[in-house]
Amino acid sequence: MAQIMSMTLFLIGAAFMLVAAIGVVRMPDLLMRLHCSTKSATLGVSCVMLGAALHFSEVAIWARALAAIAFLFATAPVAAHVLGRAAYVSGAPLWLGTLSDELRGRYSQESHRLTSPPEVLEAGSGKGTVSG
Amino acid sequence: MSLPTIITFGLISLAMLFTLVQVVRGPTLPDRVVALDLMATLAMGFTALYAVETEQTILLDVAIVLALIAFLSTVAFAYFIEKRELPWHKS
Repeated sequence: MAQIMSMTLFLIGAAFMLVAAIGVVRMPDLLMRLHCSTKSATLGVSCVMLGAALHFSEVAIWARALAAIAFLFATAPVAAHVLGRAAYVSGAPLWLGTLSDELRGRYSQESHRLTSPPEVLEAGSGKGTVSG
Repeated sequence: MSLPTIITFGLISLAMLFTLVQVVRGPTLPDRVVALDLMATLAMGFTALYAVETEQTILLDVAIVLALIAFLSTVAFAYFIEKRELPWHKS
């Protein structure tokens, strides 16, 4: 029974990984590629790790697999955010069909600091500026 | 080697092949970094599957170390991409 479940988890995880790879090849834009690769690949590797833990079914292996999954869930969003921010700040081209880019002009060219839109700054004047 | 294992290895290998195509094709450096990060994550899954296939539990530690190195390299590449001198930054 555990073998069947672990094999099923392996197949599901590999399918998620394949979807991530296809998305990275097919998407037209860096941010869309990040969107595809990060979430789908994290879920796929988590499924494979759970399958391996089910296959061995020892406490030490379960701890290792869960630690790997927790590490992935903690680091994958951070890495994607840092990479996407760096690419956006350094002027990576967006897709031609992009409808709205709310960050346009908000990053200063020198310091790469993000500032709020003027109307927000006027409404909140006297309480300091909001920056991130 | 059972049939589901062969199918799983095949799917992950196909995914790695697509990712390699993207590493070669990606128009800019951040695109290639995204593909390399995905390739490290796929290698992690491949290693876990190989650990099950060969009954070597020590290979799961290799997968954890791969995840650590992938995260560090992605952050380092992002730092480099943000700090590098681009032609249009020189005034």
